Formats: sequence, structure tokens, C-alpha cells
Amino acid sequence: MYVYDEFDRTFLAERVAEFRDQVERRLAGALTEDEFKPLRLMNGVYLQLHAYMLRVAIPYGTLSSDQLRRLAHVARTYDRGYGHFTTRQNIQFNWIKLEDLPEAMAALAEVGVHGIQTSGNCIRNVTTDQWAGATPEEVDDPRLWAEILRQYSTAHPEFSYLPRKFKIAITAADHDRAATKVHDIGLRLHRNAEGTLGFEVLVGGGLGRTPFIGKLVKPFLPAEHLLSYVEAIMRVYNRFGRRDNIYKARIKILVHEIGAEAFAAEVEKEWEAIREGVLHLDSDVVADIRSRFVYPAFETLADNPPELAAALENPAFATWHRNSVHPHKVPGHAIVTISLKPVGAPPGDATADQMDEIAALADAYGFREIRVGHEQNLCLPNVAQKDLPALWQRLEAAGLATPNVNLVNDIIACPGLDYCSLANARAIPVAQEIARRFADLDRARGVGRLHINISGCINACGHHHVGHIGILGVEKNGQEFYQITVGGRADEHAQLGTLLGPAVPYEQVPELIEDIVDAYLELRQSPKELFVDTVARLGIDPFKERVYAAH
Amino acid sequence: MTSPLQQKIKVTGPVVVTANRLADGVVVWRTAGNTWSTQLADAAVVTNAADALALLEGAQKRDTDAVGPYIAPVERDAEGLIHPGNLRERIRVAGPTFDLPA
Amino acid sequence: MPLIENGRIVEDRFRRLADDEAVPAEGAVLLPAERFLKEAEALKGRAAPVGVLWPNNRRIEEIAPHLPALALVALHFPIFRDGRAYSQARLLRERLGWRGPLRATGNVLRDQFVFMLRAGFDQLEPSKATDAAAFAEEVGSHSVFYQPTGDGRPSILRARLGRVAPAGAAG
Repeated sequence: MYVYDEFDRTFLAERVAEFRDQVERRLAGALTEDEFKPLRLMNGVYLQLHAYMLRVAIPYGTLSSDQLRRLAHVARTYDRGYGHFTTRQNIQFNWIKLEDLPEAMAALAEVGVHGIQTSGNCIRNVTTDQWAGATPEEVDDPRLWAEILRQYSTAHPEFSYLPRKFKIAITAADHDRAATKVHDIGLRLHRNAEGTLGFEVLVGGGLGRTPFIGKLVKPFLPAEHLLSYVEAIMRVYNRFGRRDNIYKARIKILVHEIGAEAFAAEVEKEWEAIREGVLHLDSDVVADIRSRFVYPAFETLADNPPELAAALENPAFATWHRNSVHPHKVPGHAIVTISLKPVGAPPGDATADQMDEIAALADAYGFREIRVGHEQNLCLPNVAQKDLPALWQRLEAAGLATPNVNLVNDIIACPGLDYCSLANARAIPVAQEIARRFADLDRARGVGRLHINISGCINACGHHHVGHIGILGVEKNGQEFYQITVGGRADEHAQLGTLLGPAVPYEQVPELIEDIVDAYLELRQSPKELFVDTVARLGIDPFKERVYAAH
Repeated sequence: MTSPLQQKIKVTGPVVVTANRLADGVVVWRTAGNTWSTQLADAAVVTNAADALALLEGAQKRDTDAVGPYIAPVERDAEGLIHPGNLRERIRVAGPTFDLPA
Repeated sequence: MPLIENGRIVEDRFRRLADDEAVPAEGAVLLPAERFLKEAEALKGRAAPVGVLWPNNRRIEEIAPHLPALALVALHFPIFRDGRAYSQARLLRERLGWRGPLRATGNVLRDQFVFMLRAGFDQLEPSKATDAAAFAEEVGSHSVFYQPTGDGRPSILRARLGRVAPAGAAG
């Protein structure tokens, strides 16, 4: 965990006081809605179909158990007893009252959590690998660099009124769990041939109405230049990004229209002027921020302790272990994913009681730390292997041990028309019904890794373009229809899915998905060939024929 | 908010004016008495663009009661009761279409 | 329209000229960029102060050769959500070395005052009198800053970066 200091506390206290004042001014009529809206959005407060919605930032997906408990408290006290974890490692409360928001914000601020910059045309919460600091795959802890960017971008005077919102993601592992290639800036931390730490910089990725994979603008940026280079990108975007059309205002359109090379050249020119200025990250500065990350005092333990070996005799535990437990960089430890996708429940939702229980489990077994992943699951990144059996039993009791991580019913879904004022169609009930069709987890396991992503509108909060199967809700003559894409992926081989055919009505979606999965089971060369690899090998035609012949 | 004068208003059937209450976001409907009600049954139902516009303009005069008023379709059943005219409005009346986590 | 300079409400001594209005011999005037650039040579002989109102969609670098002749640069916010003038302001201060008055005009609201000051503006022309009156309260409610800009305010990153940029120095 990064330890906030007096500075961060003062900053938050001042902003909470300011928001309280703004809410009071609004309720008293001193501010019109037009004036108030941008102010509430700056604090993560939206107005949705039924109520206000508060989006709370979880910087780089890291939560302490105290913070999670406080989120549970807010859910219980000011909402309806649950929260929704999002694809951007945030949490949303769906039923909050404007008049209660100042109190809720103050309660969150006490543990260093807030909704600032979770909306608006600013630099949003910087996201990263939920396994950061724990996975043996990484070259460095990407949260360090995310934290540096958090400090840099918070209330940035020049970049709070950009042409459009701006999302940065970082990976420090070759296997990209942060979807960096579909972000405005995607950063891949690695070492060059000389062993120097630096970033591969991609710009202009994104989903939404006009999806793009990010374009390479700098193969190797020495880490010390991270802030000056990001500032150069932001300045070029702020000056030259389109503001005439909201749908063409993201940086991806600027990069696309002038070309990645011309864009990179413009950034390079700007960067030359500032690279040795105040934003240069000297090694002692980086060391100082690094020193504020407190790492667990891991015991010296061996892998595969007897407690674990004994528990693996139990098939139910063994199944969960195979599915939800991953290797840790420290021997004798493991990374545990907590599925928030029990079959038939809204994807990514957790009740206040579940949040409290997970916080308690983090205290007991996980060095008080919890992570949020963009797949809308949680994670305990630091668990001793000998504690896994006890942990599993308690997760199981709380409905949090569904062994379906990365399987066909581990579905990403946005809130959709059931909550969201922008949506055209529902997403959650579609996910629920598909998950029920594959409720037999043996069947789901037989299918293997398969990511289904569902968005209720073109804004693509459910990342449908990069789902192995993507489902996009659209409205046709007042009815819900869904477009299906296949072959998308969000990882280091990111690509956009291909449209399978005409949109189908709500009722037909689950069956159509089953048909696609059945086609895959017939077409794959072996159980080792994943769905997305079969699509890559054969193209979409065999799937198209099979699916549309049936409908 | 788009001014109602700039808003293209096409009314082909019965409509109401709806919004969210400022203090808590609860869904409200404009009544014939130019107040807001949390019950759709209390809503003023109009059937032409001029009446709809007048209702909307009345709703926009004060923005300290309700936020973001707009015109929404409704349907009348055989007994004359009003029901939401599309899925979005049905969800605003009845809540999400699945069981909420508990 | 009230004008705030260095935290105080002051009288605006610059007069904005209508397009067809001749430049008077006396008094400070504020000219749109296009007209200023067209008449730049003639204006060089003018004893009284000349300011320029620079639009946010014109490269600010073009102003560089004219800075010695200027007594005021005003940058425009057509709507508060259009943040291009923040970049122009920082470039003027931190790249082009402008030390004279830098004014924010247009849709200038209290909730952006601090951002404007941090970007290098020292004159603000708020759209609303109530906002102007709230200046001290608004600015006083921000005591800590994360990132360095050229405004000279201490920031936590700068403290960690361990160096202080001289005012007006590059980036």
C-alpha cells in the first residue's frame, strides 16, 4: 500500500469542504443545474435513471481493508447495501442522495478515498495490473509509476478541461491485464537491452463509438522522463484535439487524423523543451515515492506446504485452486482472485456484508490489502499458501468462491439500461441469462478461457469490442437488439472483434451465444486451442454460418 | 440543458413530463397543478406538441425541485390508467429488471 | 465586468475597441489579435499601452516577436469547459518568458480561478460579480498542490523533486 501523508489528507479535506459548499449552494438555489453539473461531475456524481450515482476512484485498483470497510459503510448507510465494481477499477454506488453526498464523501475522505476526477474531461484514475507487486512476471511494481502519475494529474491546472476524458493504463508484465492497448495512453514498463527501465508508449487507443488500438509513439522512454513526456502528450492534445464534435474529441481521433508519426513528432518537439525541467524524475525522487509503498513482511515459506497438499484432496477446493489461485513472486505465497460473478448475479456487484467479509479476510490472510481488476473481480494479492484452505472456506460461505474466473460466465457488463441514463439496452440481465446457460461449471471449464463483454450502448463501458465475444446493445424501433462480435481481445495481443452479422433481439442472445460456443467446441483443434485462437485461425465465417443458419 | 424552444418536439401519442428530484434523484412527474409527484398516476397527460411544450416550460421555470425534465411517452390501458410508454420509462418506474443484491 | 488583479478588484484601464473604431492616441487599448497583427507596425509608434486579445485557436508562438511591444496579453475562454487557454498561458509564461499582465477573459468562473492562477494568469475577468466577490474565499480554500507549474507555488511533487524552478523559467 502507498501511505498517504498529511499533504494528501489536507488536499482531500479541502475538496470535501468545497463540495459540501457547492451542494449547499445548489440545494439553496444559488447554483443552477447547468452551473452545478460540471462541479458534481468533477466529484464523480452523475444523475442516472433512478437516482444519483457516485463513482469512487480506487487508485490503480489498490484498497486497504480499512478502505474497503468504509466503502461497505457507505453502501449500507447511504445506498442500498451494495456497490458495483467497474472496468476501470472504480466502484459505483447507484442509489445515493445528493443531500447525503457531503457526508458520504467526508466518510470516504477519512480513509483517503474520493470521487475526484472519476468524471469530466480530465485525466481519470490511472489503472494497472491487479497483480502488481505480487506477480513474478513484472519488471517493477507499476503502482509506483501510477502513483507518480496520480500525484501529477490530480487537480492539474492545465489539463482539467481537455477536449474529452483521458485514461492512462500501465502494465509492467508481458501479459497485459490492464488493457493498456485500448487506453488514451498505454504504458508498458520494461527493460531495454542495456537493462534500463523505461516505457513503451502507445497513444490513441480506445473503445466507444470509434474504437482503435493504441499506436506506438515511443518504443522506449527512459522512466525518468515519464512525467515530462506525458505532459508533452497532454499539451499537444489540449491544444490541438478537436472540440467541435464530442464524438471526435478523444485523442484517438487526433492521432488518427494527423497520423501517429506527425503526432509523435509534435510531442517530441514539445518534449524537447521540457524534458530536463521540473518534471524530470531524479532517482532520489522516485526512491522517495517508492519508500512510501509499504510491502508485506512475508514469512520465509516453501511452496506447496502440507496444509495445501492435504486440502487439494478435496475436489471442490482443488477446482477453485486451479481456477482462482495464481503464482506469487514470493515462495510459499499466492495471488487469489475473488469472483464477483456468482452465476445469476449482476456482474461486479458486491454487498456491504461481502465487502466487510473480504476486508476481514484481507486482515486475516492477505496483509490487509485488496485489489480490483478491470474484469470486475477482486483479488487478494498476498496470501500464504498454507492459509488457502481456510480462506477458501470463508469465501465459499460468503458466496465468493465461484471457480469461474476467466470462464464463459465471468462476464464483464456495464450497468446498462437498468441504471444508466445513456444506455440503449440492458446488459446485466443478458449477462445473468448467459451465465445461467453455463451454470454447469464443468461445461464452462470444458469451454476454457472465454471472455464475454457486454455494453448497453456504444460508449462501450463493458468493453464489448475487446471481448472474445462482444455484445453491444442497440435500440431498434423501441426494442432492444444486440450486435455480436467475435475475436476481440484486450491483452498484449489486443484487437477489435469482428461483427458476426445482423443484430438480434434480446430474447435470442443467450441461445446465439450458446451456438457460438458449440461451434467453437466442434471447430477447435484441441481443448488447448482457446476460443479466440480458433476465431483467429478460421475467421468468423464458420461461426457465422453456424449461428445464422440456426436463427 | 437544451432550451425547449430548440428541442424538436414530436408528439404522436399521450406523453408526460418527467425528471429527477433534486435532493435525492427520485423519479418525479409533472402534474396538472404544476407541481411534481412521485406517482406516475398523478402526471398530467397531454397529447399534442403545444401542450407538451407548455408543460415542459413550466417544469423548467424552477430547477431547485427537479432536474433535467423531458417529455416521455405513456400508454393508457382500457381502464384509463397510465403506464410507461417504453422500456426505459418502465425501468424508471419499477427499478432494475432483476433482483438487486441483498 | 469586474477585473481582479493580484487578488484585488481593480478598475480596467484597457478599453476594447470596436472593429471599425480608430485607435485613439491616448489611453490603453485592447485589440483582437487579427487587427493587432495587421496594424502591428503602425502601433509600434504609439506611446500609450497596447494589449492584445489572443484567441484560443491560434498558435501562441506567433505572438513571440510582438511581446516587447505589448502591455497586456488577454486569453479567451469561450466557455469554461474549453481549456486551450491554460496551455497558451503556461507557454507564454514558461516558454516565451512573458512577465507582463496576463488576463483571463470570457466565461471565467470561480471554480476555475485557482487553475488559472496556477497556469500563470494574474488578471481575471470573472463573468459574475458574485464570483469576483468570492475570490479570496475560493483561492483560500486551496492550500496544497500536487504538481509543479511555472507559478512558483510550492507543490508536493516539486518538494519531492527537490528543486524549485525559477519563476518564468522553462517548464
